Amino acid sequence: MTKPVLDHLGETKLALGPITGAGDGDWHHAVDEGGTVWLALDRKGSSVNTISEGVLKGLAGHLDALEADTPKALVIRSAKPAGFAAGADITGFDAMSEEGAEDLLRQGHDVLVRLEALDCPTICVTHGAALGAGFELALACDWRIAVDGASFGFPEVRLGLHPGLGGTFRLPALIEPTEAMTLMLTGKSAHTKKAKSLGIADVVCEERHVEAAIEAIIAGDVEKHGAGLSSHAFRLGPARNLAARRMRSEAAKQAPPEHYPAPEALIALWEEHGDDRAAMQEGEIASFAELLKTETSKNLRRVFFLRQGLKDKARGEDEIAHVHVVGAGAMGGEIAAWAALQGKTVTLGDVETGPIGAALKQARKVCKDKHLSSTEARDALDRLIPDMRGYGVARADLVIEAAPEKPDLKGKIYADLGKGMKPGSILATNTSSLPLAELAKKAKTPTRFAGLHFFNPVSKLELVEVVAHDKTSKATLDRLSAFCGAIDRLPVLVQDYPGFLVNRALTPYLLEAMVLMEEGVPKEVIDSAAIDFGMPMGPVTLADQVGLDICLHVAESLKEHLDKPMPDVTAALRDKVEAGESGKKAGQGFYDWSDGTPHPDTEDEGPADLTDRLILPMLDACVECLRKDIARDADEVDAALIFATGFAPFRGGPMHHAKARGVEEVRATLSDLAARHGPRFEPDEGWSDLA
Amino acid sequence: MNDRPVYLVDGARTPFLKARGGPGPFTPVDLAVQAGRPLLMRQPFARDAFDLVILGCVNVIADEMNPARVAALRLGMGEDMVAFTTQINCGSGMQSIDTAFRYIREGKQDLILAGGAEALSHAPLVLRQGAVEWFAEMNRARGPVAQARAMAGLRPDFFKPVIGLERGLTDPITTLNMGQTAEVLAHRFGIDRKTADAYAMDSHHRLAKAQEEGWLDDEVMTAFDSEDGEVYDHDDGVRPDNDMESLAKLSPAFEKPYGQVTPGNSSQITDGASWVIVASEAAVEEHGLKPIARIVDSEWAGLDPSVMGLGPVLCATPLVMRNGYALDGIDLWELNEAFAAQVLSCIAAWNDADFCRDILGLEGAFGLIDRDRLNVDGGAISLGHPVGTSGNRIVLHLANAMKRRGDKIGVATECIGGGLGGAMLLEAV
Repeated sequence: MTKPVLDHLGETKLALGPITGAGDGDWHHAVDEGGTVWLALDRKGSSVNTISEGVLKGLAGHLDALEADTPKALVIRSAKPAGFAAGADITGFDAMSEEGAEDLLRQGHDVLVRLEALDCPTICVTHGAALGAGFELALACDWRIAVDGASFGFPEVRLGLHPGLGGTFRLPALIEPTEAMTLMLTGKSAHTKKAKSLGIADVVCEERHVEAAIEAIIAGDVEKHGAGLSSHAFRLGPARNLAARRMRSEAAKQAPPEHYPAPEALIALWEEHGDDRAAMQEGEIASFAELLKTETSKNLRRVFFLRQGLKDKARGEDEIAHVHVVGAGAMGGEIAAWAALQGKTVTLGDVETGPIGAALKQARKVCKDKHLSSTEARDALDRLIPDMRGYGVARADLVIEAAPEKPDLKGKIYADLGKGMKPGSILATNTSSLPLAELAKKAKTPTRFAGLHFFNPVSKLELVEVVAHDKTSKATLDRLSAFCGAIDRLPVLVQDYPGFLVNRALTPYLLEAMVLMEEGVPKEVIDSAAIDFGMPMGPVTLADQVGLDICLHVAESLKEHLDKPMPDVTAALRDKVEAGESGKKAGQGFYDWSDGTPHPDTEDEGPADLTDRLILPMLDACVECLRKDIARDADEVDAALIFATGFAPFRGGPMHHAKARGVEEVRATLSDLAARHGPRFEPDEGWSDLA
Repeated sequence: MNDRPVYLVDGARTPFLKARGGPGPFTPVDLAVQAGRPLLMRQPFARDAFDLVILGCVNVIADEMNPARVAALRLGMGEDMVAFTTQINCGSGMQSIDTAFRYIREGKQDLILAGGAEALSHAPLVLRQGAVEWFAEMNRARGPVAQARAMAGLRPDFFKPVIGLERGLTDPITTLNMGQTAEVLAHRFGIDRKTADAYAMDSHHRLAKAQEEGWLDDEVMTAFDSEDGEVYDHDDGVRPDNDMESLAKLSPAFEKPYGQVTPGNSSQITDGASWVIVASEAAVEEHGLKPIARIVDSEWAGLDPSVMGLGPVLCATPLVMRNGYALDGIDLWELNEAFAAQVLSCIAAWNDADFCRDILGLEGAFGLIDRDRLNVDGGAISLGHPVGTSGNRIVLHLANAMKRRGDKIGVATECIGGGLGGAMLLEAV
C-alpha cells in the first residue's frame, strides 16, 4: 500500500445541496430543485467561521430577497470542515466597546429577528462547534440538525460577557430555563447527545444523512421537542427569584462577583425580565454594551489573545512521533499520560514498577476527566508503554528526563542515554530548579539539550516553559515549541535562570506567605487576601499542593543562585519537611488535606500591606526577568503567569496589572515596603524602563 | 523440498496469571498487547515491518473477533497488516509458529509475528439451549398475549448458566473431561498419586528457581493494569514452598473419591499471552537480527480423544527420527504439563518396548527421557496453562533455555484436547 485508503478517499464531504462554487462575500447562496434556498457561511481567508458585522450584513442582504420571494425552506450551514461558527469576531470588540456598541448590537438583533420571522421553515445544520454568536444564529432558525459530533455553547462568560445576539432570551425560551442559564453561566458546551436531550437539536444524524433529514423536516415528518412544564413556572417572578438565588451562590463559587460582573448581570436580567421577551432583548443589549467596557472583560479578551499568540508560536512540525520519559513520578507520569492522550507514542521508564503502575492509573483518570470514549481511552493507554528496560530510548525522537532533582543522578542518566539515543533526537529535562548550563555539560549533545518545564497537573495547567541555555540550537527550541503545540499545551520560551520565569516569580510569593505566618498572621488570612486579589488559591494552599519539600528545594536553589535577597526560609517550613508533612501528597502540610482541599474562610483582617507584600514581589521578579531578557516580552510574561499559576486573569497578567496600577506607584510602594520590611522588597532597576 | 532456513529471533510473554474467581484484569487481546509492546519496542526494525501476524486463541471473546487483527492494530502495526487467528485447542500457540514457519520456509513471507493469547478467567457463562430458545421467542413475540404465552415457557433452570470453560475442557466425542483422560492414562500406565505429586512439586520448585535466578527476565514482560495501577511481574501460580504433605491433602478433582488427579498435580487455569518473531534468512540479514534458534521441523498427530495425553509421543517421535536423531540426540525437552500423570505416562510409553513397537513402529523402546532434560524450568503445573498460549510459550522457552544451557537440539511438544499432539524441533544457532 503506498498510502492509507482513507487518505485517498478524503474527509466526508459536507452536504451543501445545490451550492457548488464559492460565492461572493462570506455567504454562498443557491436554490435547489425543490425550491429550498441554501446559505452556506464561508468566511474568506479563515479556516474557521466567526460572526462579524459583515457576516450579519451579508445575511441581511439575502433576507431582503427571501422576504420578497419566500422560498419553500431555508437551510443555513457552514461550508468550513472545521465547524459551524466559533462565535463573534472578538477582534472587533475593542473598537466596539469605545462607542456605538448598542447600535451595532441592535442592527445584529434586527437581522436575526428577520430570520426568525421568515415565513418558511428555517433549518440550521451544524457540525463541530456552534459557539456564542454562531449558536445564536442557529437559535434564530426554526429547526436545528446536529451532525454527530456537533456541540453548542456560550463561552462569553469566559470573556467577562454574556450572550449578546439574543441568546439570553432565545435559549431559555427553547429549553428548560435553568438548563439554559447553566449553559450561559458556566460557558460549558452541550455535546451532541446532551444537545438533543436538552432540546437544542431537533435531529441528530451522520453527515451522510443530512440531506435526508432536511427533506424529512420539510415534509413535516419530524416532531418538535416540547418545552417542559417548568418553563411555564418560570413565567412567575417568585419562581425566578428563588432560582436566581441558587444561581448566584453557584456562580459566586466559580468566580467572585466583585471581579467578574457578567454572571450577576445575566442572572439579574433574567430574574427581572424572564417573562418579557422585549424587555429581555433591550436589557441584553444594554447589559452587553456595559460589560464590554469593563476592565474585566477587556482583560479577559486580552487573555484570549495571549493564548492565541502562544498557540501561533507553537505551530510547525515537531518531527516527534515517539517520546521516552525517564522517571514515572508525579510529573513524569503526568507528562507521559498527556503526550499519549494527544497521540504520541510514549515509553515511560522507571527503575521501580510501582510508580509506573500508579502513573497508568492516573493516566486512565485523565482520560476519564477529559471525557474520552472507551475506545479513545484504550488507544491512548495502548500508546503509553511501560518500559523498565529503556527499550524506547533508541526509538524516541524526544527523551524527557523527569528524575529526582539530584545533579549527580541526572548526570548518570544522561551518560546512559547518550549511549542509546538515536541521532537527531532531543534530550529535555523537566527540572524546575537546577541550572541548565550545569546539566548541559553532562548531555552528549548540548545543542539538542533544553529544558521542558511542565506544571502539575499537566492536564490542567497549559503552560510549558521551553528553557534555552547558551548552547541550545534554535532548531531544537523550535521543535520543542512545536511539540508543545502538538500536545495542546502553550510554550513560552525562556532563558536559563534560577527558577526560570514562573518559579522565579512565584517563589518570593510563597516564601513571603511563610514569613507572614511566622509574624503571626493566620494562614487563612494570608490565603484569603490572595484569593480576594484574584488568585485561584492562596500561597499557603499552593505551597501545600506543590509539595513543601519541592518548595524548600526550589527556595534554597534560588537563594543560592540569585543575587537579590529572598525572604528567609522559615523554621516552620523546614520542620514540616523534616516531619514528613510535605503537603497535599502527605495528607498534611500547613493545612490538613485528609478531607480534601481546605477552604480558608475567615472574616479576620490582616495587616494593611498584606496583599502588597504577597503580590508586588511577584511583579518585581517579572520586571527583573524582562530586564535580563529571561522572557521575550511583557505579554509572554503575563501569559506564562496566567497559564501556569492562574494569576488573576481578569487583571490581564502581572505586567499588565502593574501598568494599570501605575508603574511609579508600584515602585514607590516597593520602596516603602523595603524601608519597613527589608531589602528583599527593593524595586528592580528594570522598573525605570517601564515608566 | 524447499528448505529455506527459518529462525526464531526473539519472543516475550506476559506473566501467567492464575484465574482467581471472576474475570482477570486482561482480555486475550489486552494480554497480547501487554506482551507485544515491549517485544516490538526492543527490535531494531519498525512495527510495520512484519508481513503477517498470526495469533492462536481458543476462547475468543465477543468483543475481539479475530483477536490477531485487533492485536495487530492495537500494537500500531499498521492498517495494512494482515492478521489471522488459529485454533487447534491446546496447540493453537504452536500452530501459529508452525504456520509462520511453513510460510517462510516456502518463501512466501520473511517476517511474521506469531503468538498465542488466552484469558481463561474471561470464559463466558453459557446459557442452556432451552433458555436461548426461550429468549428468541420472547424477542419475536408481538403483543401482550403472545408475550404472556412466551413468558409462560420460562423454566427456573434457564437461570442456571453452564460454565463455558467446563464445557470447553470436556471432549465432545467421548464426553470425558480432560482430567478424566489423565485418570485413564494414570490407570493404564500405573502412575500412582505419590509419583504424580512428586512431579508436580518439582515443577513448582523448578519455576521458583528460574524466577529467582532471573532466567525469565527477558521472556516475561511485566503487565500493568491501568484500572487500579496493579503490577503483575511474575507467573503468580507458583508455590515455591510446595511440599508432598500439602499436595497429599488435596482431594481428587475429577473422579471422586478414588481418583488421583488433583488440583495440585494438574495444570492451573490461567490467563496469559506469548509472542515469538519468526524470520527468514533475508530478514535476519536485512535488519541485523540475532536469532536464538533455528526452527528445523514440526509434526502433528492424532489419536483417540480419551487418551489425548499421549499426543506428544505420537508426534514427537517421528519428528525426531526423521531428522536423524535418537533419544540421546535431544538435549532438551519442553513437554506441556497438562497433568503430571499425563507427562509421566508419555515418559512411560516412550520407555515401553511393546508400545513403541506396536504404535510407533520402532524396534524397541524409544528410551527413558532424563528428568534433567525435561521441563527444566517448570511447566504448566506451576505456570498455568492458558490453552491457546501454552504451545507458544514452550517453543519460546525451549529456545531461551537451550541458549542458556548451551544445548544443540531441543523438542517442544504438547498434548491437545480432542486427541491431538504437536511437536517442533529447534536447533541452536
